[in-house]
Amino acid sequence: MSMYVNCSIAEAKNIADYKGVFILGEQRDGKIQAVTFELLTWGRGIADTLGCELSCVLLGDKINNMEEVILRGADKVFFIQDPVFKNFLPQPYSNAITRLVNEEKPEIIISGATTTGRTVMPLVAAKASTGLTADCTELTIDPETKLLLQTRPAIGGNIMATIKTPNTRPQMATVRPRSAKQSEIDTTRTGEIIVKKYEGSTIMTVEKFLEFIIDTTQAVSIEEADIIIAGGKGMKNAQGFKLVEELAELMGAAVGATRDAVELGWATYPHQVGLSGKTVSPKLIIALGIAGKIQFLAGMQTSDVIVAINKDPEAQIFKVADFGIVGDVFDVVPMLIEAVKKMKAKAIA
Amino acid sequence: MKIIVLVKQVPGTDSVKLDPITGVMVRTGKDTIINPLDENALAEAIRIKSTHPDVTITVVSMGPPSAMKAIKEAIAMGADGGVLVSGREFAGSDTIATAKVIAAGIKKSGTFDLILCGERATDGETGQTAAMIAHYLNVPAQTYVSALEILEDGVIVRRTVESGFERVQVPFPVLVSVNKDISDTGFPTLSGKLRAKNVEVPMWANAELGFDKSELGLTGSPTRVVKIFSPKLSRDTIMFKTNGTTKPIDELLSFLVSKDVV
Repeated sequence: MSMYVNCSIAEAKNIADYKGVFILGEQRDGKIQAVTFELLTWGRGIADTLGCELSCVLLGDKINNMEEVILRGADKVFFIQDPVFKNFLPQPYSNAITRLVNEEKPEIIISGATTTGRTVMPLVAAKASTGLTADCTELTIDPETKLLLQTRPAIGGNIMATIKTPNTRPQMATVRPRSAKQSEIDTTRTGEIIVKKYEGSTIMTVEKFLEFIIDTTQAVSIEEADIIIAGGKGMKNAQGFKLVEELAELMGAAVGATRDAVELGWATYPHQVGLSGKTVSPKLIIALGIAGKIQFLAGMQTSDVIVAINKDPEAQIFKVADFGIVGDVFDVVPMLIEAVKKMKAKAIA
Repeated sequence: MKIIVLVKQVPGTDSVKLDPITGVMVRTGKDTIINPLDENALAEAIRIKSTHPDVTITVVSMGPPSAMKAIKEAIAMGADGGVLVSGREFAGSDTIATAKVIAAGIKKSGTFDLILCGERATDGETGQTAAMIAHYLNVPAQTYVSALEILEDGVIVRRTVESGFERVQVPFPVLVSVNKDISDTGFPTLSGKLRAKNVEVPMWANAELGFDKSELGLTGSPTRVVKIFSPKLSRDTIMFKTNGTTKPIDELLSFLVSKDVV
C-alpha cells in the first residue's frame, strides 16, 4: 500500500490558471493508435474555438512517428517516457498524467472511451478532484461561459444529457470511438515534442504487466468496424448464424450478435452489441433476424445507416431502421450474398 | 479472504418498449433487477468461495431503501451479508460524489482483500465509478476483467481490451471490475433464501458515514446536468416485402451505394 501515491490537488484551484486542451493519445507496441487521430479532430475543433493550444499526451517507452501527431493537428506533444509505460497500467499511467496535469494545468482533457481511456480518466479525475463525463458523442463550447458542453447518451441511448463542469478544472470527457473522423495530415504544420521523464513514486507500481495476447478470433473488432453484420435469435441455430459470418466476411465487416445469440453460444461475448455488451456506431449495420429488444437497440441506434431483415413486419428493429426488408432471413440473406458477390465481381471487372 | 461485491439496483430492461412515435423508452413495469454485470461479479465471488472455503462475501450497494431487495437477492444467491448505503443527502450525486460515499461504506464495513463489481451499470452506463472508488480506497483498479486467478497474495487478471487480452498481476487489496465472460450467473438457493431472510443488513446514511454536507449530492458533484433531451430515434424507414423477385435486394444495394456505405 505504501507504494501507492495519492497525487490529489489539495490546494484550491484558480480556474483562470487552467489553459489549453489536452487529448490523451494511445499507443500499442510503439504504434500510435487510430483513436488518437480522432481525438485530434475533436481537440483541434475545441482549441480553435477557444483560441488556445492543443497538446497530445502520449505515454510509452519508444513511440514511432510522433511527428505525425503534430502534422495531424497537435501544437505540442508531451511524451511521458519510461519502460513502465510500454503497456497500459492504471497506477503509473494515472499518476504520471495527474502530475503532468498539475504542472501544465490544461482546462480540458479528452480521451477515447476505450478500455484504456475509461480506466485512466476516472482515476485522474478523482486524483484531480474534478468532473468527468463518460462516452460523449458531442462536445461543444458554450459561447457565453466558454465551458465545455459534454453530451452523452444515457439509459440505453434513450435520453441525451448535456453536462458541464463549472467549478473545477480540468473539464474532462471521454468520447466514443468513431464519433469523429481521423484528422488529416498537413505537412506544413509544425509543433514541439516535449519528453517528460518522471522518477520516484510517479512511476512506481504494484501492478505487473505479464503479457498481451492478440485475439485472433476477432478479425475486426466491432467497436472499430465501419460495417457490422449482426445476427439474432432469428438465425435459428449455430449453423444458421454462419450466414451472418459469411455475409460479414464478404463485405469486410465485423460480426455482431444479440445477447440471445451469445447466450445460445452462436457467437462469443466480444461480439455482443447492446446494454450488457458493446455500444457501436458504425457507418452501416445490417441486423439479421433481430427483433430489436431495447437491450440491443441501446447499443446500436446511433449507427449511421441501419438495415433490418426480419420476417415479422411488427418487429421493433424496423422502427430504428433506414431500410427494412420483411422476409425470411434464410431466403433474403443468400440472395443478398449472391448480389454482393456480383457487385464485387463487377467492380473488379 | 474477504471479498466485497458492489451491486447496483437498476430498472429491468426486458419489459421496456420504445414508443413508436417519440422513440422514448416506456417502462411497462416497475421491475428492478441487479445490474446484470454485477451479477456476473457476484457469480465470480461465489465461484472463488467454492474453491476457497475461508472466503466471506459482503455485498455493498448504494441506492434508495428499496435497493435492500437487490442485496437480499445477492445473499440468496450466495453472499454472506451486505450493507446498504442509503440516504436522501446522497441524491443527485455524480460519479465522483457517489464513489466517495461507496468507498466510505466499504471502509466502514471492515477490511477486504478483493472488491468485485460490474464494469458498468445498464442505466447510467458511465463505467467510471469503479476506478474512482479504487482511488478513494487507495487500492489499485483493474478493469474489463474476463478471467481471474487467485494467488496466495494477489490476483492475475485477464483484461479484455480492443484487440485482445492483457494479463496483469496485482497484489491484494485490489478492485476488479468485470465483464460478462468472468462467470455465468447463478440462481438463488433454498439455503441462500433462508440466510437472506435471517441476515440483518445494516443501512447507513450520512449520520453513519460522517461526510461534510458540501461533499454530498449536487454540491459535492463537480459535474452538472445542463439539459436532458430525447434523441430522434425513429427514422424514415424504406420498407420492402419479399416477393420472390430480387427487387428488394436490388433496391437495398442501390440504397447502400447512394449512402456511400458499401
